[in-house]
Amino acid sequence: MAEARETLEEPILTGNGGPTDLAAMEPDLLDVEPDQTVASGRRRRSFQFGWWLACGWLILVVGAALLAPILPLWEPGTPDYTNVAGGLSASHPLGGDAIGRDNLSRLIYGARASLLVGLSAVVLGAVIGGLLGIIAGYVGGKVERVLLTLTDATLAFPGLVLLIAAVAVFGASMTVIIVGLAVLSIPTFIRLARATTLVIVQREFVTAARAYGARPMRVMLREVVPNVVLPVAAYGFIMVGVFIVAEGSLSFLGLGIPPPTPSWGSMIAAGRTELLTHPQISLIPAAVMFVTVLSINYVGERTRKRFEVKDSNL
Amino acid sequence: MTDLVKDERQNKTGASSGPGGDPGASRHVQLRDADDVVLSVEDLVVEFGVGGGSTVHAVSGVSFDVRRGETLGLVGESGCGKSTTGRSIMQLPKPTSGSVRLHGDNLGGMPSGQMRRARRKLQMIFQDPISSLNPRRRIADIIAEPLRVWGSSPDARKAKVAETLEAVGLDPQLVADRRPHQFSGGQCQRISIARALVLEPEVLICDEPVSALDVSVQAQILNLLEEMKERYQLTMIFISHDLAVVRNISDRVAVMYLGKLCEIAPAVELFDRPRHHYSSLLLSSIPSADQDATTSAARLDRSGGEMPSPVSPPSGCRFRTRCPAATERCAVEEPLMRQVGDGHFVACHHPLEVAEVVASGAEGSVERSADGTPDGALRPVALEGV
Repeated sequence: MAEARETLEEPILTGNGGPTDLAAMEPDLLDVEPDQTVASGRRRRSFQFGWWLACGWLILVVGAALLAPILPLWEPGTPDYTNVAGGLSASHPLGGDAIGRDNLSRLIYGARASLLVGLSAVVLGAVIGGLLGIIAGYVGGKVERVLLTLTDATLAFPGLVLLIAAVAVFGASMTVIIVGLAVLSIPTFIRLARATTLVIVQREFVTAARAYGARPMRVMLREVVPNVVLPVAAYGFIMVGVFIVAEGSLSFLGLGIPPPTPSWGSMIAAGRTELLTHPQISLIPAAVMFVTVLSINYVGERTRKRFEVKDSNL
Repeated sequence: MTDLVKDERQNKTGASSGPGGDPGASRHVQLRDADDVVLSVEDLVVEFGVGGGSTVHAVSGVSFDVRRGETLGLVGESGCGKSTTGRSIMQLPKPTSGSVRLHGDNLGGMPSGQMRRARRKLQMIFQDPISSLNPRRRIADIIAEPLRVWGSSPDARKAKVAETLEAVGLDPQLVADRRPHQFSGGQCQRISIARALVLEPEVLICDEPVSALDVSVQAQILNLLEEMKERYQLTMIFISHDLAVVRNISDRVAVMYLGKLCEIAPAVELFDRPRHHYSSLLLSSIPSADQDATTSAARLDRSGGEMPSPVSPPSGCRFRTRCPAATERCAVEEPLMRQVGDGHFVACHHPLEVAEVVASGAEGSVERSADGTPDGALRPVALEGV
């Protein structure tokens, strides 16, 4: 593609290469729309099919979670004794759990908790870790050494132990879980942001910015940060899935969001005693979590790749 | 001849430093005593610490000056410190020692705020046109950014951006809202040039500006640079390893080897009558269609293969390990720059005699340089060198 673009240039500059024939330039500048050349039709279609399927599922989950209070749902905490471990029925489309609460309603309210934990932990971790990482990479020297030492120390600490300790000390609450997960993710975000920053700082547009007199802060905010945000965001997106699973594991251990607030993890945990007789109580939330995390990973990975491709085109 | 230069030098240094006869002064015979010197680099040293306490001597005492409107070519093999020289002139990073004077003001000695302001008069374009532009910003923003840093009104900015884009041969209407990845290498280099010119600098440092481009695009960018030089009355430092390109764009050429200047002379003079053995070998290594390619390409290799490491450069003359004329003196005593012709300076104990060069030119491309007139064919020479 690069070759094709180079040859496009020839007609622009004719004669002595002076201020060139601007009319001649139009067609080929319009030709260089990269989207037309990125992939062949077949690859694009399969890309779009999987992409839209995953996106569609995520939109459905997020939409249902947001609209839960106004949807015609059963009260998630109220048992309906006709529905104890009930199968699929018209009034309870996904059946009921061991004490008769509506599975669909609990799944949707559970999505609120699971997504809230995943998203806020990632946003917290990505903002703090990203900023520290950019500073480490951009400032260098002692600041970088201190931050990296702290990072290494945190990475060497077993995450689950830290979470269990935090829950034991502060009690199980959504805030503790969000902060705990965020703290665990900060080192990775620092490393990612720092590595990206180190690459960006080497690029010549940063030298050029210094050359025309931009102050270091301006160079960081205008030239470095916009180029670090995308890789960090793409990684953060994937981390949402990891955190949803992490919250599930904690709930399964009884250390998650305390009842009666439903979450996917606690629903799986609640059904495990009935696993042999009524497997749907555990399997439905497990399947929903599985598909959601899969979609998040897929969309995140595709997004990341897409930007990588663009970068390599550059 | 040498005496005459020393006298000149004495006049120049008389005001600032000690007696003209001292060896410190004679090291810089190549610096001229003229009112229209825009940029003067003296004893520039750049060293980088690498792991294990060793130091890379990237640039070791380089001195030259550039007159208003002049183009100085800086040539040498990759790794000889020519790009580092260019960047340390910009104080990016600051040189380890030595001075860079812009109209007599030492950039290195200024407080950083004042230095940033003074440095506006120096701008730079780089080798990799795509890496030179921030992929996340629109072209209009990229070019307006220097103006924004120095605070001009939005209207003035817009007009200036459009004017500069037009000057480099791009249609402002079409390119302003696009991003760098939508352009070819040559177009990106035009945008880089526009960004460098938007502050109306006096000196443009071109760090291998065409090395990453197609041959056909190279000629266009070189022509554009020549044209911008006229239009903005630029003084240029043109860094390149491509001798053919340097030859036709430069008024004077300085040859660097392993962090030091070997030879500095008017372009025609240097290409016709190189006096340093390194310059001569470099010239004869230009591949040419009408000769047995292996003979010339092999000459630098045969003379000692790779360049020695800049971590531990050879004693005395740095080129002695590859030089065909090296003697014991070269290992002991570092050759100082001395004048060997009109504006022609060489740092060598045993410079090539003019006759010798002509004789050896018969087998190399030196001959070709000798009968080609520099103004004869701008494009063909540029195309041939690659």
